[in-house]
Amino acid sequence: MKTTETPAPLPAESGSAVPVTKVGLSTEKPAAEKKTEGNVLNAFSHGILVIWAIMVVLPLLWAVMTSFKGDGSIFGSPWSLPDTLHFDNWSRAWTEANMSDYFLNTVLVVGGSLIGTLVLGSMAAYVLARFDFPGNRFIYFLFIGGMSFPIMLALVPLFYVVNNMGLLNSIHGLILVYIAYSLPFTVFFLTAFFRTLPTSVAEAAFVDGASHSRTFFQIMVPMAKPGLISVGIFNFLGQWNQYMLPTVLNTDPDKRVLTQGLVQLAVSQGYKGDWSGLFAGLVMAMLPVLAAYIVFQRQVVQGLTAGALK
Amino acid sequence: MQHGKYRFIVGFLALPLGLYALFVVWPFIQSIYYSFTDWTGLSPEFKMVGLDNYRRMLDDDIFWKSLQHSLMFAVALPLVTISLALFFAFMINVGGRRRKGGPVISGVRGSSFYKIVYFFPQVLSIAIVALLFAFAYNPDSGAINSFFRGVGLDGLQPLWLGDPDLALWCVMAVLVWSTVGFFVVLFSAGMASIPADLYEAALLDGAGRAATFFRITLPLLWDTVQSGWVYMGILALGAESFAVVQIMTTGPGGPDYSTTVMVLYVYQKAFRDGQAAYATTIGVALLVVTLAFAAVVMRLGRRERLEY
Repeated sequence: MKTTETPAPLPAESGSAVPVTKVGLSTEKPAAEKKTEGNVLNAFSHGILVIWAIMVVLPLLWAVMTSFKGDGSIFGSPWSLPDTLHFDNWSRAWTEANMSDYFLNTVLVVGGSLIGTLVLGSMAAYVLARFDFPGNRFIYFLFIGGMSFPIMLALVPLFYVVNNMGLLNSIHGLILVYIAYSLPFTVFFLTAFFRTLPTSVAEAAFVDGASHSRTFFQIMVPMAKPGLISVGIFNFLGQWNQYMLPTVLNTDPDKRVLTQGLVQLAVSQGYKGDWSGLFAGLVMAMLPVLAAYIVFQRQVVQGLTAGALK
Repeated sequence: MQHGKYRFIVGFLALPLGLYALFVVWPFIQSIYYSFTDWTGLSPEFKMVGLDNYRRMLDDDIFWKSLQHSLMFAVALPLVTISLALFFAFMINVGGRRRKGGPVISGVRGSSFYKIVYFFPQVLSIAIVALLFAFAYNPDSGAINSFFRGVGLDGLQPLWLGDPDLALWCVMAVLVWSTVGFFVVLFSAGMASIPADLYEAALLDGAGRAATFFRITLPLLWDTVQSGWVYMGILALGAESFAVVQIMTTGPGGPDYSTTVMVLYVYQKAFRDGQAAYATTIGVALLVVTLAFAAVVMRLGRRERLEY
């Protein structure tokens, strides 16, 4: 590798004036040596990258394909294409396997907790970012600390706290707990965001006689919209995909959320051995998040990667 | 500005802080207290037993097994995932064909496509991913073994999750599959911000791609790698390993506790065996392991900060 690199400055110099085209490369003699190295590496990179892309996509495609197959061929020949498209798997999963109920429960829980998380999270973050008061730092670090502690440790007493309040196995109980556990990251993210917003607008509003809360809701929240969207999508994915909290706090079969419902179906051998219906349910639960990801790709990546880079 | 300031602050903080204190902070404090009692969780009565639970834990073979497995999740799993992700990210950002007149270092074509696809599993629920792979691993009719049969490897039909020696690796492979994309995107963002003239200078000096990676890319990316490792380790010690082990392995916990992790053991002791106090004791151990893990990674990884 090293030896071919020695005449490095040539192509960059001669090329600067020439418009960049891929086709032109093959006719250039002097750069031949470099080019082959670049090509070999390029082919190698693409080869490896494509293999991993296939490894990522294949299981997902396999699940979609399986959701349209008859029960017999799922086990007989897992890799064959479905002989006929069994759309009935989907309708059976939706109605008989209670996927519609689980879906509704998930939408209610995630909808409620998403709104609650954004409202409460932005209120706390705004105060922590913009106001000086004794205990500000302490409260901030109290919130942030929640990001690095193992949730499981708190789950045992949490179960009894929720139980004593009569909130076990209820949608609103789950909503409150989801909000509480989403606050650390939300407060962390939004505090940083509110600090970057200019102070002059808010001060002007305040001088004009707007109250603190009016300034917040009518001026700061609209200005913080990009941040709220990023952290909102992050929380949507996290709450939609939550498994551990509902498993512990929500054991009533009627109140199950999607992830729980699916796992329960699988444990009971697919209701009445209906594996194809189970796969249909699995794909059903995957679709909303995949769709949200594709639409909001940039914000999702921003929100998720911000979590790792404190 | 002072008028009504404190009333406003209290009004805005009361609800979020109250919820957080009630459902997150208070249970944390309680659990440490409960670890010194003989509370079953079934009845409200309990008495203090001092360090009994901790003594019992030290004699508990399953606890040691679960600790060992959890450490694998915190150390081996991120090591594999992060190395793979660095490899992919480097190829995506630096492995491209050199175009005439273009930058010395360039990404492969379609780099954003790879990043989008690789990230897919990250947005799926870990529970759904675990279910999907539990089917794929099925020894008789699962996708993997039928694939082996299809390509003529009839002799090679592992039991996967049913084999005590293989089960833990199978479960960890699923987490690698689902997390690599996240780190590829994370590291790509870091690599994109490394100035191109650094690469140019290195290439002029005759450095190959491997040398470029170890001398330039990795040192400049080190902070990101480190915080990524801590982030993944904490997840792998907690929620993620709970879901994969509980859903995928039989028992759950695998044949002969071969996949039991600490977080699953806490769950089973508390909600299956009615030993809430003992469960919180293991939870405290989990907290200690998590904090120690983060401290060790930060300490080992400490080097001079590079400015560029």
